[in-house]
Amino acid sequence: MSENNINITLDVWRQNGPADKGHFETYEAKEISTDSSFLEMLDVVNERLIDDEKLPITFESDCREGICGTCSLMINGQAHGPNKGQATCQLHMRTFSDGDHITVEPFRAASFPVIKDLAVSRAALDTIQHAGGYVSVSTGSAPDANLTPVPKDAADLAMDAAACIGCGACVAACPNSAAQLFTSAKVNHLNLLPQGQSERWKRVEAMVDTMEDYFGTCTNHGECYEACPKEISLDFIAFMNRDYVKAKIKNRKLAGQK
Amino acid sequence: MTATMEPSSKVSSPRLDSKVPQTDDIANMWENHKFSMKLVNPNNKRKFSVIVVGTGLAGSSAAATLAELGYKVKAFTFHDSPRRAHSIAAQGGINAAKNYQNDGDSVHRLFYDTVKGGDYRSREANVHRLAEVSVNIIDQAAAQGVPFARDYGGLLDNRSFGGAQVSRTFYARGQTGQQLLLGAYSALNRQIESGGVEMHNRKEMLDLVVKDGQTCGIVTRDLLTGEVESHSAHAVVLATGGYGNVYYLSTNAMMCNVTAAWRAHRKGAFFANPCYTQIHPTCIPASDDHQSKLTLMSESLRNDGRIWVPKEFDDSRLAADIPEAERDYYLERKYPAFGNLVPRDVASRNAKTVVDEGRGVGPLKNGVFLDFADAIARDGAETIKAKYGNLFDMYANITGEDPYSRPMRIYPATHYTMGGLWVDYHLQTTVPGTYAIGEANFSDHGANRLGASALMQGLADGYFVLPYTIGDYLADKLGDGVVPTSDPVFAAAEAEVADQTNMWLSVNGTKSPEHYHRELGKIVWDRIGMARDKNGLEKAGDEIATLEEEFRKNVRVMGDGTSMNTELEKVGRVSDFFGLAKLKARDALVREESCGGHFRVESQTEEGEALRDDDNFSHVAAWEWNGEGADQTKHEEQLEFKHVKLSQRSYK
Amino acid sequence: MAQTMPDLRNPQPIRSRKKPLPFPLNIWQSAVGRKWIMALTGVGLLGFVLAHMIGNLHIYEGPAELHEYAEALRGLGGGIVPRMVLLWVLRFGLIAMFGLHIAAAYTTKEISRKASDDANFMDGQKSYPGGRDYIAANYASRTMRWTGPIILLYLVFHLADLTWGWLPHTEYIKGDPYHNVATSLGNLPVAIIYILANVALALHIFHGTWSVFQSLGLNNPKYNQARKGLAAGLAGVILLGNLTFPILTQAGVIDDDKNPCGQITDQAENTECFEELLSHGGE
Repeated sequence: MSENNINITLDVWRQNGPADKGHFETYEAKEISTDSSFLEMLDVVNERLIDDEKLPITFESDCREGICGTCSLMINGQAHGPNKGQATCQLHMRTFSDGDHITVEPFRAASFPVIKDLAVSRAALDTIQHAGGYVSVSTGSAPDANLTPVPKDAADLAMDAAACIGCGACVAACPNSAAQLFTSAKVNHLNLLPQGQSERWKRVEAMVDTMEDYFGTCTNHGECYEACPKEISLDFIAFMNRDYVKAKIKNRKLAGQK
Repeated sequence: MTATMEPSSKVSSPRLDSKVPQTDDIANMWENHKFSMKLVNPNNKRKFSVIVVGTGLAGSSAAATLAELGYKVKAFTFHDSPRRAHSIAAQGGINAAKNYQNDGDSVHRLFYDTVKGGDYRSREANVHRLAEVSVNIIDQAAAQGVPFARDYGGLLDNRSFGGAQVSRTFYARGQTGQQLLLGAYSALNRQIESGGVEMHNRKEMLDLVVKDGQTCGIVTRDLLTGEVESHSAHAVVLATGGYGNVYYLSTNAMMCNVTAAWRAHRKGAFFANPCYTQIHPTCIPASDDHQSKLTLMSESLRNDGRIWVPKEFDDSRLAADIPEAERDYYLERKYPAFGNLVPRDVASRNAKTVVDEGRGVGPLKNGVFLDFADAIARDGAETIKAKYGNLFDMYANITGEDPYSRPMRIYPATHYTMGGLWVDYHLQTTVPGTYAIGEANFSDHGANRLGASALMQGLADGYFVLPYTIGDYLADKLGDGVVPTSDPVFAAAEAEVADQTNMWLSVNGTKSPEHYHRELGKIVWDRIGMARDKNGLEKAGDEIATLEEEFRKNVRVMGDGTSMNTELEKVGRVSDFFGLAKLKARDALVREESCGGHFRVESQTEEGEALRDDDNFSHVAAWEWNGEGADQTKHEEQLEFKHVKLSQRSYK
Repeated sequence: MAQTMPDLRNPQPIRSRKKPLPFPLNIWQSAVGRKWIMALTGVGLLGFVLAHMIGNLHIYEGPAELHEYAEALRGLGGGIVPRMVLLWVLRFGLIAMFGLHIAAAYTTKEISRKASDDANFMDGQKSYPGGRDYIAANYASRTMRWTGPIILLYLVFHLADLTWGWLPHTEYIKGDPYHNVATSLGNLPVAIIYILANVALALHIFHGTWSVFQSLGLNNPKYNQARKGLAAGLAGVILLGNLTFPILTQAGVIDDDKNPCGQITDQAENTECFEELLSHGGE
């Protein structure tokens, strides 16, 4: 065994379909290069399973550079694994030691049904976006980009929120399965910018109400922030809460009555 | 393989009508052409249905804009959400001829730079239009709430990118791609919410359906249930990205593939310039055989880092132990004027040369050093950290090495593909009613793409070009219903897709699809990579064919066809990569010149530069499918350069 | 119940959306709104707890002064409204805040339970059968739903003990809080109940104070560090203050023997005794 290789034991959640009960299965992953990423380690395990004519472990990933938000996984009880500010695809095996026992589970929430093994459906996050995650500006109707100056601080803060990659780690890590961090990132990205002002109050109400159709209630644990690969700030949740209650008043006034 | 080396006919094939307006007034060509195109009355738009396949930058923007206009749009992605498309990974920025920096930029300059950067193998008319609408993209994106970088006055900031002489690149931290995609995705969301777009996620297009020479729809496979479905429409737009993953290792995402484009090719869409691939010089080298993809680091690193390898062959010493006199700063040595800032292809090729010589560094001897020691000594570690901190962190995370104390190791990797489905000025392929936009088409980047131009082209096509040109086609179809999915032509296509799926599941071989993809990638990288020669390309064709034969007999696809099965998804995509790889080898073989990302060893200047052969190869090679087992036929579209003077690049 | 196959593209909502009620009732309809109400009532209750603790410190001045303080509370708003009226208004306010606080807590917890139900099929609750590793969530935040009911039970006990005088371990004398406190807390098991309950209260206040800013949206990134300090400070001060009562009673600092009127069990006579004492003190 080369000095850069380790042997680990994996407890992986296997579930044949959404209605299956699911169970853990144990795999010995031998001679894993510490230079490989966690997902490459799973690739190797899968190739060996295929060699043994066994069903490979289904998991999702795409860009493998921490930006598309396709990868997920609870690794040893932490969403996206132990390193802060990293998605699973950026986690490397050198984080682990020879002989480690690693538990791998899917992201869990009622609105994240398991598709198979470690793959879950996160469609509910898109539904929140549909409700108001946009500025209503049809192609061609935009004024010159420099016609609306945006204070640098506002632009920077909006960018902090917009960095959210929609992976759902916040929901998975939340003991309440709340999607507050995701929703607040999306709401604030637009609500903090001048371009998002006309629909600000309508947006926050629509998105929060839709969020609550699918997800739990925030109790301010802060687990979401710890799990977030983009380290989206909890402050955005507070900003969203404030805007939401304000919206209840404003929307009433704006519409004359409601 | 038998490549017929016919001399160029120097006239465009009658099958390739570029529809470029006959005028010398390129500045007003698009404007005038918009007027001459047919329109669809607003009330009639809802009578037309359009399918958009792929929802990255090009697809999302096109689907949203078409729906805003009133067309009935069905959008398809194999992802769970449009936001996952690989447009999201673009880091650097997006070009636009806004001239906000007052440094002399203009539409004409962006046009000129793009044609020149493409090594004179793009279509002037398309490029000029791209430069024109680039300014509208920025307006649109800013209005959508894309958080572009701004200066303290609140106005948009720009930077110079990829060796451009003007600062025309707009950016949003290191994630311009994600922010622009989120903008297009938000426009799409608005249409999904209002019912303008019917969104189909986790469905992969597996065939284009053509009846009587006209596009009538697509066949998809539901990736959750395996169900094969037909969808009919008046027009189909393919926005399915590039084919960089034919190399297996590339900076593309794991799922990027050529399948949709390839299936369209098999149904009559000509495939243009498959040999044009951009290799990006500053990627992190592979660490072992199980490497699944390569990670790109911003090219800006070359502004301060010095590239070198040991002078000695097979030198295993640590960088710090190699004295100055035994280092070869080969780019600075060969190109004193540009040094480490030579264009992407030159930097890439030179890295390959030294690694092939056996002077590569790192455990696998597969990289070159990018050294910041001098920059840190000159500017201080803090300054370097402020400039490149996140890139250094990314490097340290992936390699486990600290780039502040030892040089980075870099190596080129496939990044972008300039070739793609042949399209005319309307972005229509050779199949009437089928359009290709974004990286999936071939038209704007010639043989080499400039930095920060991919995002620009995807959005230009989706927001501002296709929505106009598609009307010209649809206007004639008023009153024609779509071909119903009950038509035998759909049934036949569905049956073919289902048969294919069952065929893969029943091969019962011994090796995974991943294995064959990796092996294919090695051949393509070695033979059709940064430097190509006749001998290697001829061998490539044979090697690929042999491997493909083994693949078809010996691939093992586990699982079933009625639930999520990533192996089954993969095998189909790998099979299409085989087809593409063969065509790529052939295209590279018959293009006996070097241009941009296509470097034929036989065609170089004395200085080792790419040497074009404008007399014989100033054309687009568009390949026509002739059926399984038969070679494709090459068609040529001659390129005319009326507004940009052809010149030989030199970076001495 | 048979597992139905979930629609993987369109997940089922965990609750159906109700028709919006008129403002301000619509605030209650959303969980964010309920958390907002929970935070507002929390601030009110926190104010009460703090004032209650500070007021109780009168016990260290002596039995008569404590009696005087209790009388002052009953006579709040004296000269303007009849005796006891304002106190009852405050009490009703407190009861309402308690009710809303508890209702908001219970119902939002139910929503979270539904959002986590079926998250795995092992036990019907959100749990990771492979285990969870909490990073940010602390003991206080994770035990809110336990400290809450503990505080409620304790409240009932506390009222029965020192307001209603229902419990057997004291000879309750209405109007002589010193006597009541001293005899009640002089009982070791009761003192232990008070100590434990106050620890629960402090934990609840710690997370609650930090949360208030989040739920009301009153935070400013600049002061985030200070929020933790404020939460710890408030919880600490209240805990310290409240713990002195059982501990110092057990230590004999608070002792009914020091209460000259403590033996007079008749309420009217007891009050008379204190008034006499106070009028002497006033001379």
